[in-house]
Amino acid sequence: MQALQVVTGAGIRRRLGALPIIGRLRRRVERQRLIARGLRSRTALRAISDRTRLIERGDILCFVTLRDERARLPWFLSYYRAMGVRHFLIVDNASQDGGGDYLRAQPDVSLWWTDHSYKVARFGMDWMNWLLLRHGRGHWCLTVDPDEFLVYPHHDQRPLAALTSWLDAIGRRSFPAMLLDMYPKGPIEDAVCVEGQDPLDIARWFDPANYSIQKNDYFGNLWIQGGPRTRAFFTHDPLAGPALNKIPLVKWSARYAYVSSTHMLLPRGLNLVYDEDGGELISGCLLHAKFLSSFSAKSAEELDRRQHYGGSQEYRAYHAGLHRGVRLWCSESREYRDWQQLEDLGLISRGNWA
Amino acid sequence: MKAAVRLGVVLLCHDDLGLVARLARIWTSGGARVAIHVDAKVSAARVAGLRQALEDCGQIIFSRRHRCSWGRFSLVRATQDAAAELLQRFPDTTHVYLASGACLPLRPISDLTAYLAADPDRDHIESVSTHDVGWTVGGLNHERFTLFFPFDWKRRRWLFDRFVDWQRRRGIGRRMPAGLSPHLGSQWWCLTARTLRAILEDPRRAEFDRFFRFVWIPDESYFQTLVRRHSTTVESWSLTMAKFDHAGRPYCLYDDHVAMLAESRCFVARKVWPGAAHLLSHFPLPDEDRPQVDPPQPARISRIINQTVRRRVLGRPGLYMQSRFPRKDAENGKTSAPYAVIHGLTDIFPGFEDWLRGHLSCHVHGHLFSPEGAEFAGRPSIGPGAISSDPLVRDRDPQGFLTSLIRITDRMQVFQFSPRDNQALNWFMATDPHAHMLVVTGAWKLPLLHSGMPFDDVRRIFAQLQRIELEQLDVLNSLWVRARLHHHDLGEFLLYPRPILQDFLLRIDPHSPPITTLPAMRDLTGLDQMLRRLRNSGLRPRLTGEDLPPVELLTAERAAAE
Repeated sequence: MQALQVVTGAGIRRRLGALPIIGRLRRRVERQRLIARGLRSRTALRAISDRTRLIERGDILCFVTLRDERARLPWFLSYYRAMGVRHFLIVDNASQDGGGDYLRAQPDVSLWWTDHSYKVARFGMDWMNWLLLRHGRGHWCLTVDPDEFLVYPHHDQRPLAALTSWLDAIGRRSFPAMLLDMYPKGPIEDAVCVEGQDPLDIARWFDPANYSIQKNDYFGNLWIQGGPRTRAFFTHDPLAGPALNKIPLVKWSARYAYVSSTHMLLPRGLNLVYDEDGGELISGCLLHAKFLSSFSAKSAEELDRRQHYGGSQEYRAYHAGLHRGVRLWCSESREYRDWQQLEDLGLISRGNWA
Repeated sequence: MKAAVRLGVVLLCHDDLGLVARLARIWTSGGARVAIHVDAKVSAARVAGLRQALEDCGQIIFSRRHRCSWGRFSLVRATQDAAAELLQRFPDTTHVYLASGACLPLRPISDLTAYLAADPDRDHIESVSTHDVGWTVGGLNHERFTLFFPFDWKRRRWLFDRFVDWQRRRGIGRRMPAGLSPHLGSQWWCLTARTLRAILEDPRRAEFDRFFRFVWIPDESYFQTLVRRHSTTVESWSLTMAKFDHAGRPYCLYDDHVAMLAESRCFVARKVWPGAAHLLSHFPLPDEDRPQVDPPQPARISRIINQTVRRRVLGRPGLYMQSRFPRKDAENGKTSAPYAVIHGLTDIFPGFEDWLRGHLSCHVHGHLFSPEGAEFAGRPSIGPGAISSDPLVRDRDPQGFLTSLIRITDRMQVFQFSPRDNQALNWFMATDPHAHMLVVTGAWKLPLLHSGMPFDDVRRIFAQLQRIELEQLDVLNSLWVRARLHHHDLGEFLLYPRPILQDFLLRIDPHSPPITTLPAMRDLTGLDQMLRRLRNSGLRPRLTGEDLPPVELLTAERAAAE
């Protein structure tokens, strides 16, 4: 459930010269368009169980779009509950594996159902923008996929609320967490993760240092690529590899909108999560436990549905890769230990959160 | 124990009254009397809840409530009133400790009273003269006293800044009331009742208050300045451990700080995150039979916080990541460790890379920036740190490629370079003090000599490579070079290959063995003729050295070397 990032506006910006006001106005129009799209998309969502009245002031909320992820849900919910997420707002995009029934029975889940096109809804982001606008205002909101697990500095000792209250205190509104693709040591087809099991027990390897970074001046975000997918699936066209930069945790306001997946937001200031004067700001990682045995079947199905970005280019590449029996593991892979390891490798930083 | 110490505590609170109730109990159960000031912004219902929760504690009073905002005189006013009410209600109080609703006593209160009793006339308040040392972090220092600050910094930032600018332009300079000398310090103090009474009952207090009303952050200067007027026994050191970051914001304390805080032996620490349940249940440490009076030793905690500030402000050199992406020339270390670039030698000695590997303990790569892909040592398709050798991937972010490679490996990286390679990093490497560069210009001509290509092709490629190398030389000859550069032209190098190489290898690896044999050199016969033919075809061959020594001489030198 992830879209590639587009660098839009480069051509137009060049024509209009370097007038910053032009960019500002364009971004404002773009932002209002996105919010309007979100508003319009609300009709597509049917509330299955709306428990949002249980949300209290200051609660940390989690927003998810999913399809056929039944097996992942128990672990996903328990992981984020333990971290301190108080309520889950989930859009079920026509699951057929009973995930909807499971979610409906959860006391801290509000569930919406839709069979509209994931692609037409800008890969689910219109639905997310609507729910964020409706229920997220004034809360710290975490927008993730069911296979993404947030780690941040000190996460083993301090709950998410400690992080968000500190971010509040220093006046930050957004928190970056790069997507870190995790994979098993053996073939992906053999990595079976049963329901309720920690997928990171099986897919616990990652690429330590092959990430390329470019700055997108228009949106102000960094565009990070690399990792095992670029290495193994995109050899023929490595520049088309997926974007890994994400800003999943935001203190939401009615003026905000996600632009492309959670890679970037508007207003632009929310994307400036990095220091340009040589210092380090705080950041975390989303451990991406996508490459398990369930992935093979899923990629075949997604290929048929063609609901993903760029004609499901990613899934096509994966599928070709899997048929050739590609293993993502290489001798330079690192086994995940803890957040300190990620910090030593320079993938995350504690900034000045001592 | 000498004179009995009866401790009074002023608690300034504005939030999380549950924690306040808990802290107030800690203080009173240690024998202290507490005056609680609750910000007037807190609803009456919540204050009533707090009063009810503390009903059974006789030693607590609630002082007159003021609406406080950060950096304004209202905080001083609240402190004054609470202290006065405390002294009035409990006249036999000997010391007053100013604390907040986020200040956690770490040691038993009896330790603190015993510590105070050891020198009962001492005022523990940090008080630093603004004339001598800049005490403040990230803010105004002396100007706090000489300008007017009628606007709230948090809510009216724009007006605040404009008004400061305007006053600076106008040269506004307020004069301190006669007899005062401006001092700053931590706002958390412990004064003797005698000194505090003297401050509160000073006949000129109205005049002082009028002055401090427009001082910025008076809670860090009011008592700190006035204590110098009334006390001669100032211990300029706060008993409350409070650490600030580079922007002057206090650090929070969490559960994982327990061991470090226990070790620090501080009496009181702030600022406690209200959710740190383990921390709150662990401290204060239980009373022992006999109170300990050892002084606080916050050195380790200070060191850890200073390291964090360093990381926030300076970052880790050579790291480029999602939350550190320095602008060009603001990198604070372009790379994380020294590395060596050897330009041209593989063209002179075809087996140079393998030969070099035998002479260095470093990680010796081939042409990392070759157009065919990164030639990692041993030619794997995936290099150290799982870095791809694909040229497209590498050339998307060449700087990230090199800096990641240097950062992920623990040995020194050495790689070959030539004008055929990607030149995108010429400026980056030339301005990086970590780069050791051995540059032999013109060496790329030797492979052309034996290429067997038609002369027209040789001429075209020759012109192209020569242009690239001249551009590179512009960089290397610029004023901005910070790399350790050893630059020779081909003629010069061919005359003395051994000393030049030996000198360079010793610089990058002091333990490298002496060079006894050089690798096989490319045949130089015909170089003269090729250059002449190129010259006559209208090119101007450069970069070889004005006069290439005759081939016989070179062979003699080589024979001697071998």
